[in-house]
Amino acid sequence: MSPADRRLFFLAVLFLAVFPQAVSSFDAVSHYVDIMVFVGIYSLVTLGLCMLMGYAGQISLAQAAFFGVGAYSSGILTVHLGWNPWAAMVAGAVVAALLAWAVGIPALRLKGHYLAMATLGFGVIVHIVFKEEGEWTGGPSGLVGIPPLTAGGWELYREIHWYYLVWGTVLVALLFCFHVIRSRVGRALMAIHEEEKAAEAMGVPTARYKVQVFVLSGVFAAVAGSFYCHYVGFLDPNSFDLMWSIRFVLMVMVGGMQSLWGALLGTALLIFAGNEWLHVFAEYEILIYGAILLGVVLFLPSGLVSLFSTHRFSRKSPGRAREPAPEE
Amino acid sequence: MKPWKQRLILWGMAVLLAVGWLWMPAGADSARAEEPYKVGAVFSVTGGASFLGEPEKKTAEMIVEEINKNGGVDGHPLELILYDDETEPSKANLHVKRLIKRDKVPVIIGPTTSGNSLAVVSIAEQSKVPLISCAASYKIVTPVEERHWVFKVAGSDSHVVGRLYEYMKAKGISKVGIMTSSTGFGASGREELQRLAPEYSMELVADETYGPKETDLTAQLTRIREAKPDAIVNWSVGPTQILAVKNWRDLGMGDIPLFQSHGFGSRKNLELAGEAAEGVMLALAKVNVGPLLADDDPQKKVIMEYTGAYEERYKEPISSFGGHAWDSLHLAVAALDAVGPDPAKIRDFLENTKGFVGQHGVFNFSAEDHNGLSKDDLAMVVVKDGDWALAE
Amino acid sequence: MGARCRRDALPGLVPCAAARALGNVHGALPLGTSRASGVFTGVPPEEARRGGLKLEAAFLQYTFSGLTIGAIYALVALGYNIIYNVTEVINFAQGEFVMLGGLFAVFFAGSLGFPLWLGFPAAVAVVALVGLAMERFVLRNARNATVLSFIIITIAFSILLKGTAMFAWGKDPYTLPAFTSGKPFFVGGAAIQPQALWVLGIGGLVVAGLSLFFHRSMYGKAMLACADNPAAARMMGIPVKRMVLLSFVLSAAIGAVAGGVITPISLMEYDRGALLGLKGFGAAVLGGLGQFPGALVAGLFLGLTESFCAGYLSSGYKDAVALILLLMALFFKPEGLFGSREAASLKRF
Repeated sequence: MSPADRRLFFLAVLFLAVFPQAVSSFDAVSHYVDIMVFVGIYSLVTLGLCMLMGYAGQISLAQAAFFGVGAYSSGILTVHLGWNPWAAMVAGAVVAALLAWAVGIPALRLKGHYLAMATLGFGVIVHIVFKEEGEWTGGPSGLVGIPPLTAGGWELYREIHWYYLVWGTVLVALLFCFHVIRSRVGRALMAIHEEEKAAEAMGVPTARYKVQVFVLSGVFAAVAGSFYCHYVGFLDPNSFDLMWSIRFVLMVMVGGMQSLWGALLGTALLIFAGNEWLHVFAEYEILIYGAILLGVVLFLPSGLVSLFSTHRFSRKSPGRAREPAPEE
Repeated sequence: MKPWKQRLILWGMAVLLAVGWLWMPAGADSARAEEPYKVGAVFSVTGGASFLGEPEKKTAEMIVEEINKNGGVDGHPLELILYDDETEPSKANLHVKRLIKRDKVPVIIGPTTSGNSLAVVSIAEQSKVPLISCAASYKIVTPVEERHWVFKVAGSDSHVVGRLYEYMKAKGISKVGIMTSSTGFGASGREELQRLAPEYSMELVADETYGPKETDLTAQLTRIREAKPDAIVNWSVGPTQILAVKNWRDLGMGDIPLFQSHGFGSRKNLELAGEAAEGVMLALAKVNVGPLLADDDPQKKVIMEYTGAYEERYKEPISSFGGHAWDSLHLAVAALDAVGPDPAKIRDFLENTKGFVGQHGVFNFSAEDHNGLSKDDLAMVVVKDGDWALAE
Repeated sequence: MGARCRRDALPGLVPCAAARALGNVHGALPLGTSRASGVFTGVPPEEARRGGLKLEAAFLQYTFSGLTIGAIYALVALGYNIIYNVTEVINFAQGEFVMLGGLFAVFFAGSLGFPLWLGFPAAVAVVALVGLAMERFVLRNARNATVLSFIIITIAFSILLKGTAMFAWGKDPYTLPAFTSGKPFFVGGAAIQPQALWVLGIGGLVVAGLSLFFHRSMYGKAMLACADNPAAARMMGIPVKRMVLLSFVLSAAIGAVAGGVITPISLMEYDRGALLGLKGFGAAVLGGLGQFPGALVAGLFLGLTESFCAGYLSSGYKDAVALILLLMALFFKPEGLFGSREAASLKRF
């Protein structure tokens, strides 16, 4: 990790540790801890997506599907088969990994629009399966009766415990991602992002690395889904639809897909804004999201983190193509 | 990017957030002569269930105004703290938590949908705050041992289906073809249609499903026709319930009686379906057919009052779902009036309420029954000359 | 045969006697029947013969509905192709043009009370303007954007359009009166609504018009040149910017036509666009991105496949059919049925 990142990491740990104490003394914001649990869960998803989009340069509109795979695996295995929730979580991650691998190999051969459409199509198919296979998933009425997470005979249901569990996981995931970025795989990814053909010419196994990152993003999303499943205790298939995949992309883009901190920032901002600060505008949510997305892509393609520093992790910014189009 | 642009963006966002924050409903920090009685509400005003949540919100706001005009509840002004869960379970979860922790309400009405209600029952149980859901699923209040604090005012789909089957059996129908949409609403209906069929000696000869955005139901209807049913039941909301009626008529299947779910129960649907809907039958809560009720029907008075006030205020016909908000809010107010803002006392009061005359029926709660309704609270209705009529 | 004449099987045109005769023809043995012993392992012969007649009618029914919706998919696919040909951009907002076409038609013909022959073209014109605005104000500002950015821009625009439609029209479905009133008529036991014929007819007109435009008119041929080689086209003096604008306007107009013509059959609401757009894209890819005849064939094929799937397999998974076909095409034959591999590999991505 770079020195700047190390400083930010310690700041983050400090902030997260102090946050619950700070807010619980004020009634007006004591429920912010609950919001932060959701921010943490979704951050896991966006971290994986950021790795995929920002570093490997691939787009995925299927993250909500992987999120759902983790959630429903946990749900189905614990409700119908009585599995231990932790084992179910691992199983969910494995299923997501296998799916990501199976879909990733043919899909990541595609580029640009084709890849976007392939992931979109895959995501919608998975969503339809969630709705149709009512025997297992409870169908559109949803899956009920999900048991809470237990740790050594002790049930996890208090917000503060979930807060520490989820954010602990996010911090571990963050460290892992930083490690990957600094490693050989990370450098290879950036080479692929810059100029894929050149990387191939240099002998980088581009296909393999792209699939690996895709699988990573799928696993992160699945673990997040398992957390969601046990936290909310109820699964509605509409929580895993295309709009959610788009929201995840939005979170990464708003924060800045060049930076892992950007993913966290974007997620926190959008969840707090959506649930807390701007929920008076709930009527116009779709409109606002579309406008923000458009605005960010057109005017702030490197996301909000670019406002705070000129430090870039990859020389290639998403705002510029390799050569500008010739003037008319 | 140029620095002034950066600053502009940051300032713009800060202003937007500030506006949103200041606009939020205030907590209990304004000093009043008489402490207001607070009722929390979570409705799906936007999102997929907004056709349910919006009339609920309008109804609730109308009632609060009226009560406050008449002196409040036991002298205390009534304050409704309403949040929109956008038909999203995670938001319903957060809003209920906010109502309990920040706004400290003694009772909550809503959520609108079964899914969102199920997502928050555990919160109500753990925080020991009574929740009166406006959603239909029986799972909200069963098993009753785990739903000590949760009530619901909407009739279960089992009541509607039971009423339909009862009527069909009386008319000599025994073979039924069903078609349901793959939404929470449709799936719940399908479950009940399957479950209750043997009880009324009904044989389901066809069981079709379709997506909520389906543009053409002729395939499903054709398949049903091939199974030669005595009657068809369609269970959906949204455009597909209109489509079902139109396609049924166009395919020349008018000789096979068509029954709709209670989702069809609104004037707008009759308009959209037009002539094709002639003869379609459904089981409706009495709130929809106020004028048709007998004068000695205990519900007639409250229904006519509500429909009149709502139509006058909002210039649109009522939706039966708004009636759920009426029922839940008036129950909460009755509890507040009797025992004050104490969650545990409110809960006990609700559980022992009997003979409460509401829009959707006469409620009789008990320790075993946190719904309080039965299929006899529904009326069989047929579409005649573009309007409702009581079916014989 | 002695089968009763089922009124609902063949009402209207075909007299009962003919029905019985047809029944005899279809009274060929059902599966699993052994003529010799009369023992059957499948459906009882009486059922089957009656079922055989019904099978015909059902098959025809699925075919007609499949063709009708297939025409819509074909139109949407054409819209994708036009834009793609000139700009190599996939316009994710294509489905929203269809939705807007339907809703604006409702607005003009319904709320404003225009007669349909005025309201429908007015709606098409307005949506064409929306397409123009999209290109002019949004996409032109993103000239140096990466493919990823373009994708997100069109997605964002589609969300914006959907949000605006919800704001303007609310969440309710709306309907239009059919272009010609009349009861559906029956062919071989299957019901065809007059509006379905309008869909097919207008769809055919659009296709014919487009081919004429692309192969006979100067502008059309210029657009095709841009598709083949934008640099060369520019060097030949073709104003590529204007061609891009025209492609969006045309695409939006076609989408609007599709929307207006399908609304009397299946109503229209603010969020119908996404699924339609997705399936239309599936048809476009299946037929080969940029290939017009491919779009037509693939669109109809998709509609038929969906219809048969709903009729014979599972109605719940109907929507998945289009997507599975799309994925198959993308994974195994991205150039589509009519495209060529070399041409596809030369495309920007």
